[in-house]
Amino acid sequence: MTNFMSQWVYTPVVKDHFMNPRNTWQEEENFQADGIGEVGSLACGDQMQVMIKVDNDTITDLRWLTYGCASAIASTSMMSEMAIGMSLQDAYNLSPDMITEALGGLPEHKFHCSVLGDKALRAAIDDYLEKAGRDNSFKNSVAKTICECKGVTDVQIEDLVKRGEAKTLDQLQEITEFGTVCGKCKQEVSDLFDEFKHIYSV
Amino acid sequence: MEQKTIYLDNNATTPMHEDVIEAVHEANILFGNASSMHSYGREAAMAIEESRKALASLIDCDPSSIVFTSGASESNNTVFNIFRERIDLGSKRNRIVTTSIEHPSINELVKYFKNLGYHVDECPVDGSGRVDLEVMKTYLGEDVALVSVMAGNNEIGTIQPVKEIAKLAHEVGAYMHTDATQAIGKIPVSMQSWDVDYLSLSGHKFYGPKGIGVLAVKAKAPYTPLVHGGHQEGGKRAGTYNTASIVGIGVAASLAERNLEEESRKLWALREMLRKGIDERIPNVVVNGNQEHCLPGTLDVSFPHAEGESILLYLDMEGIMVSTGSACASGSLEPSYVLLASGVAIELAHGSIRFSFGRYNTEDDVAYVLEKLPPIIKRLREMSTR
Repeated sequence: MTNFMSQWVYTPVVKDHFMNPRNTWQEEENFQADGIGEVGSLACGDQMQVMIKVDNDTITDLRWLTYGCASAIASTSMMSEMAIGMSLQDAYNLSPDMITEALGGLPEHKFHCSVLGDKALRAAIDDYLEKAGRDNSFKNSVAKTICECKGVTDVQIEDLVKRGEAKTLDQLQEITEFGTVCGKCKQEVSDLFDEFKHIYSV
Repeated sequence: MEQKTIYLDNNATTPMHEDVIEAVHEANILFGNASSMHSYGREAAMAIEESRKALASLIDCDPSSIVFTSGASESNNTVFNIFRERIDLGSKRNRIVTTSIEHPSINELVKYFKNLGYHVDECPVDGSGRVDLEVMKTYLGEDVALVSVMAGNNEIGTIQPVKEIAKLAHEVGAYMHTDATQAIGKIPVSMQSWDVDYLSLSGHKFYGPKGIGVLAVKAKAPYTPLVHGGHQEGGKRAGTYNTASIVGIGVAASLAERNLEEESRKLWALREMLRKGIDERIPNVVVNGNQEHCLPGTLDVSFPHAEGESILLYLDMEGIMVSTGSACASGSLEPSYVLLASGVAIELAHGSIRFSFGRYNTEDDVAYVLEKLPPIIKRLREMSTR
């Protein structure tokens, strides 16, 4: 007899979350979200929406919708379990690595394209803070400097791509002057640029 | 509990027919080198020549045209290499014309040739994946050495007007090749009536063994071996004869020829039963490919708001095995180039599923799929962003 378990392309945890996704949004539930975030697009093959309820700067509940492959569904489901009960600060610092680790790993080529749950969660927190008219102190706290010479961070690049201000890599360079001194960061910036373009489908 | 399994991925590969398994098993005993003059050698050689006749009969050509290869990929590479050599030797005909939806064994060759600086044109196809003869004409001229067009597409099943394209190719003095891998055993394939100079096929797509295929070459068509060495295959393909597999593909060829009509009718009936059933049970679906000129066992369907890999894996959990044109299954960010070239919107390509039927499928299989598929699509759509 064929043993289907042994031939499954993902880990048992991924399989469990794919087969039995947690905290999915249901129309009849009438979930009242305090913040909603969306990343990705149908054209890219992955799109995610995350809805959060916030009380006392803690995520008290979360629902999500995902269009995508098994790892996209499983990673969003895992993210939802991890994020509920977290402070906004901790939730903002939830990384793809943490989600992937909790899933027991993902195939290499799946990592970048499908683990978007953390970004959708951040977008939902951003939305919550904006609606509440509060400063977003988390944004800069998670920023990582990519271009040391010009002090360009990933958050800066993300914002410029997301807002459509940097439509090409050249435009991004004009605005931020990344890679104009030692040039060591060029590849990393280019990779990030492509990733954010994919995530925000611009 | 033993899980029910329904294999609907016959365009990827087919299981060996029981007669083929038996023939291969028996032929394994013929260990003599078919190139040897002694009794053991002659015994093997005779079995090989029987198989050659069966293949020639299947595709309607002279047995001397049949060259056994490791499969259609090798056959396709051999054909392109013949013309690469002629171009290198200074032929004024230095252009190759093919289409945008060929199998990777042509498509990747085209990329490779282009990188090396050769001139290869890919004729676009219409919204059903079919070559428009008027469009093809615009790609042809006195500088064309070879035209290569597949007979039937592996993903969407669209059948090309090979005979008509061969006529156009010959009118400008070019040679014609067709990769008939997916057509064998499903539609009539005739080198004579299509008037093609080269034809590729692969054993494992019609219940023969894997690792064995054919390149059929008309007597007057140019030829140069891809694999140099011994004098096997009349000097056309070196390497000790793979007697057992050659015997196997011969038996598969005889069966395919004998069962063609019945098989073709049956595959189309199953395919149509599934297509109609999906249409009735699942809202908002798009059937891809040409519905008039279609390989009888192929059904490619897009389910908007349900992603292909997820559908495939949920179906697999129910024991139903299919394939998808989604990017997620390909390991890249791009979905199937065949679907995109055939005018399928990128969102729909991500949600495409190919069902491909074979001789072992039954109406019960279709009924089972029609029971399991609708709730899977419904569930994924409910979980999907809107």
